[in-house]
Amino acid sequence: MIRFDNVSKRYANGFEALRQVSFEIEPGEMVFLTGHSGAGKSTLMKLIMLMERPSNGQIFVGNRNLSRLPAGQIPYYRRNVGVVFQNHQLLFDRSVFDNVALPLQIAGSPANEIGRRVRAALDKVGLLEKERQLPIALSGGEQQRVGIARAVVNKPALLLADEPTGNLDPELSAEIMTLFRQFNEVGVTVMIASHDLTLLKQMNKRILGLAEGQVVHDGLLW
Amino acid sequence: MVKRTNDKSSASARTSGAVQRKTGARDRLGAWYVHHSDSAIESLLRLLTTPIQSLLTWLVVAIAVALPAALFIGLLNIQHVGEQWQNSSEMSVFLQPDADEQAVDRIRQDWAGRSEIARITYISPAEALAEFRQHSGLGQIVDSLDRNPLPGVLLVLPTDAASTPAALENLQAELLDEPLVAEVRIDMQWVKRLQQLIALAERIVVALACLLALGLVLVIGNTIRLAIENRRDEILVVKLVGGTNAYIRRPFLYTGLWFGLGGGMLAVLILALGLQWLKVPIAALTELYQSHFYLQGLGFIGSLQLILLAGLMGVVGAWSAVSRHLNQIEPH
Repeated sequence: MIRFDNVSKRYANGFEALRQVSFEIEPGEMVFLTGHSGAGKSTLMKLIMLMERPSNGQIFVGNRNLSRLPAGQIPYYRRNVGVVFQNHQLLFDRSVFDNVALPLQIAGSPANEIGRRVRAALDKVGLLEKERQLPIALSGGEQQRVGIARAVVNKPALLLADEPTGNLDPELSAEIMTLFRQFNEVGVTVMIASHDLTLLKQMNKRILGLAEGQVVHDGLLW
Repeated sequence: MVKRTNDKSSASARTSGAVQRKTGARDRLGAWYVHHSDSAIESLLRLLTTPIQSLLTWLVVAIAVALPAALFIGLLNIQHVGEQWQNSSEMSVFLQPDADEQAVDRIRQDWAGRSEIARITYISPAEALAEFRQHSGLGQIVDSLDRNPLPGVLLVLPTDAASTPAALENLQAELLDEPLVAEVRIDMQWVKRLQQLIALAERIVVALACLLALGLVLVIGNTIRLAIENRRDEILVVKLVGGTNAYIRRPFLYTGLWFGLGGGMLAVLILALGLQWLKVPIAALTELYQSHFYLQGLGFIGSLQLILLAGLMGVVGAWSAVSRHLNQIEPH
């Protein structure tokens, strides 16, 4: 599903975020990405989302070589990758329903299908009764769940999450992780960046440990 | 498998990927249409939520449109007057003061046979004097004269075919050969000058219109730039969930269109009010010149064209702003 071949990323200011990173993730896997801040977790996620381009090496997602993807194709590629952010990135001028519907509207789904899918996604994260509310009226955990609903409404094959539980208490974090596990169980490849060790222990999944831009651990928790 | 869903090729390119959505070409066309109408309505409503700000922009656009349009209307009217005069390429043939009536009659019959001449009207010295007394306001002075100083005049109207400047000069020379004729005057010279002046004014108006159109594009572009800045977060999110540049551009282009169309409509209103305001003094003025001249506006089609042109300028301005600033907003 995801393959990194000797990928390095050096930013314009000279900072080397990733050095010769290689790994492979099979379709349907659930993988955690961990490491201290600055270890390269976010850079790795951004490379998969094509928010950044690697300085060296090649990245394959679903057998597609990302370095060969022309700029005009990036939007279509992104429609098949769901992303969840630590700060949710919700739009506060529109309702929960409209936030979740955004990827479908962009992809050009018909209105009746949008309604059906958005409600299914909101039902999945337990927010069906709040579809008319504005995100500002929701709690932090609820906002994060809206973000997750938006990431999965398009039924992507790959789901990325960057510190999705960063601002949440342990109980809410566990709830969110259960959601991700459920998506993984129906076949979605899930990759989550997190430095919450207790959570990683509970989940007991494959972990990629990053330090100073290099993969220093690959496997279950050490 | 992550598969791209391309607008054009998706229908045929998709063979696998069970978890993927399928969106047919018909649905996509429908969604494209819906997004257009949504963008159009939403961007208009957005403008109306800040009415004062929007009105100011509309006024700026209206002034930039109305100014060259007003000059153009003025020019159109002057041209119209010029054409009226040009059509009367009549020659005034002044006769010798001592010419007797029979000789004049002979000349009239002689000339009436010429192919270049359409009509001849004779004004005798007595008629000329009566007319002068009536219209000049100098009746008393005329009365005090002991003899009529005015010569007889033959008004010669050439046919249309003989109304070219060269043919007229030719005819003038031939009529002068007649010994009874003292002078032949054509009023063409200053009509020519007027035409040259109009041609000059036309260029000035076009240059001014181009400058103001450029200003219009810049003003709308700057307004759109601010709108883009205000919606930066939204643009980032839309880009992250797969919005194409065209999708992101669309609402801003409609905003530009509304600025242009609204400004154009205001400009038409300003012009109509201005013309109405000038109508009375111009009617009084033309009364003095015994002319049937009336002030022409843009008319319905012209107004529509002006509004559409302003709308086009709005879209161009929005496009220039969007193409410059949208690429700077990339998710990082």
